[in-house]
Amino acid sequence: MNKQMSMKAVVAELRDGMTIGVGGWGPRRKPMALIREILRSDLKDLTIVAYGGPEVGMLCAAGKVKKLIYGFVSLDIIPIEPYFRKAREAGSVKVTELDEGLLLLGLRAAGHNEPFAATRVGLGSSVMDANPEFKTIRSPYEDGQELLALPAIKLDAALIHVSRADRAGNTLTFGPDPYFDQLFAQAAEKVYVTTEELVESIASENPEDMKSNLFEAYLVKGVVEAPLGAHPTTSHYAYGWDQPHFMHYAESAGEEGGWQAYFDRFIAGDEASYVESVGGEAHIRNLPIPTF
Amino acid sequence: MTNANDFTLAELIIVAAAEAWRGDGELLATGIGPLPRIAAGLAKLTFAPGLQMTDGEALLVEAPVPLGPRGDYKPKYTGWMPYSRVFDSVWSGRRHAMVTPVQVDRFGQGNISALGPDFQKPKVQMLGVRGFPGNSISHKNSMFLPNHSRRTFVEGEVDVVASVGFKKDSWPAGAPDDFVKLGLVVTNLCVFDFNGPDHAAQVLSLHPGVSFDEVQDNTGFPLLKAAGMGQTAVPTEEQLAIIERLDPTGIRAAVLKGNPSGLRKAA
Repeated sequence: MNKQMSMKAVVAELRDGMTIGVGGWGPRRKPMALIREILRSDLKDLTIVAYGGPEVGMLCAAGKVKKLIYGFVSLDIIPIEPYFRKAREAGSVKVTELDEGLLLLGLRAAGHNEPFAATRVGLGSSVMDANPEFKTIRSPYEDGQELLALPAIKLDAALIHVSRADRAGNTLTFGPDPYFDQLFAQAAEKVYVTTEELVESIASENPEDMKSNLFEAYLVKGVVEAPLGAHPTTSHYAYGWDQPHFMHYAESAGEEGGWQAYFDRFIAGDEASYVESVGGEAHIRNLPIPTF
Repeated sequence: MTNANDFTLAELIIVAAAEAWRGDGELLATGIGPLPRIAAGLAKLTFAPGLQMTDGEALLVEAPVPLGPRGDYKPKYTGWMPYSRVFDSVWSGRRHAMVTPVQVDRFGQGNISALGPDFQKPKVQMLGVRGFPGNSISHKNSMFLPNHSRRTFVEGEVDVVASVGFKKDSWPAGAPDDFVKLGLVVTNLCVFDFNGPDHAAQVLSLHPGVSFDEVQDNTGFPLLKAAGMGQTAVPTEEQLAIIERLDPTGIRAAVLKGNPSGLRKAA
C-alpha cells in the first residue's frame, strides 16, 4: 500500500468551502508546508478548525477563510496571532470561539459518530451568547442538570504534521504532548499527514515505541514527505519554533502591504526556496525548543 | 521567621498570592504568569507540599521549576500531564489556578477574550476565552491583577464572560449554582475575595500604605471591609530566599511598573 502523495496532489483533493482541521498547538507541530501549498493555491471559503497558530493567521491574511472554529490562536510568546487579530478586528471572518476543552469534546463526538457532547463547560459564559445555535439538554437522571449539548465538529479533512511515517500511513509523533492530533484525525473524513522523516517502515520490536503512534493508519489517506515542514513552528525533537521569524512575521502585520511582502519573500516560491529564504536547513535544525 | 524590612511590592504580592493555595491538599496548582507561578512554587515549598505542578509544558515535576533560562538546572519529572490530562484534571475539579483577567466585574466574572460591544467585530481582540469557561465551572480559581483600576474592575459587566461568576441569571434553569469557587483576588493594592454577603466583594487586607478609600476609588463596584481587615503580611527573610531561588534572574522585577518597594509610605 502506497499512500505517498505530493503536496500539490493533497491540495488538489481539497475543495472550496471544506471544513479543515489542523493538528498541533499554537506554535507547535503545525503542517506548515501543506499550509503554504494552500496559500499558493486558489482554494477559498474554508472553515478552519484548530488550536491555532501561524497557519490560522496566514490563511486569514490570504483571504482563504470563511469561518474559524478555535480554542485559541496564539504564537505563545506573541500571545495573540497578529493576522488573526487583524481579521477579528476587521470583522472579516465568522468565528465560533470555543473553550479549549469544548473543541476537544466536539472533535471527539464527531469521531464517535455522536451528534453532540453533553457538558457543563460553557454554561453561564459568553460562549453561549456568541453561539446562539448552541442548545442545552436536561439530564434524564435524578440530578436533572441542564447541560450544553455541544454539536459534533466534523471535519472534511485533517492536516497533521508527524515525526516519522511510512508509505502505509503508519505514523509516529514525538514530543512531550500529543495535543489533540488523534481527535482531529478521528473526526475527519480524510487525513493527510506531512512527515519530518519518511521511512520504509516504522515497525519496531519495542512496544514502547508505539506509544508515539497517535492514530490508526486506516485513517490516513495521504503521506507527504516534508522535512522541515513544520517551520516556523516546533517539530519535536528536530527543531524548535523560530521566534525571530515570528517577530518579523508579526511586524509585517503592522505594515501596509505587509502580508503580500511576507508572501512574496517567503512563500511564493516552493519549499526549497522557502527553506533558503528563512536561513537554510542548518539554521532551522539548530533552533532550540523554548522553555519557560 | 524574621520579617524582612526591604522587599518589593512584587515580593509582597507573591507571598500574599501563595496563601490562595493554603488548605488545598493534593491537586494540580497552576499559576499563570510570573508572580502567580512563583507564588504557587512558594506555597508548595513552604506550607502546601501536596500541590503538583508542571514544567510549563507537559510534565509534572518534583520541585517547582525556576523561571527563565534554565542554565544548569535540570527538572526532575514525576508524571505526565499533556493537555488531554490537564482537561481531565480541570473537569474533575482537582485543580486550582491563579489567572489574570483583563476585566473583572462585581459578579467575579472575568474577561480575557475581547473588548467592545460586538463580539463578531471586537474593538480589541485579546486571547479568546481559552480555557476559562471550563476552568471556572469546574475548579477553584484565584486572580492576580497587577493594575487595580476601574478599567480592570469594571462598573458594569465584563465585555465577554470568559470565566463565570456569581451571576445567577446567566445560568439556564436547572443548572446547579454551587460550582463557582473563587479564591483570592490579589492586586497591587490589596487582597480581596467574593465571600461577603451574597458573594459581595470584601477586602481582606490592604498592602502597606494603601487606604480602603483608595482601593474603593479604583474599583468600579462597591467593596466591603471583611471582619478583621488589616495589613497584608510582609514577607519573611525565609520567604524572600525561596522567591530568589524560584526566580534567580529577577523576572518578577519587570511585572509591576517601576518595581516599587513593598513598603509604600501612606499618602
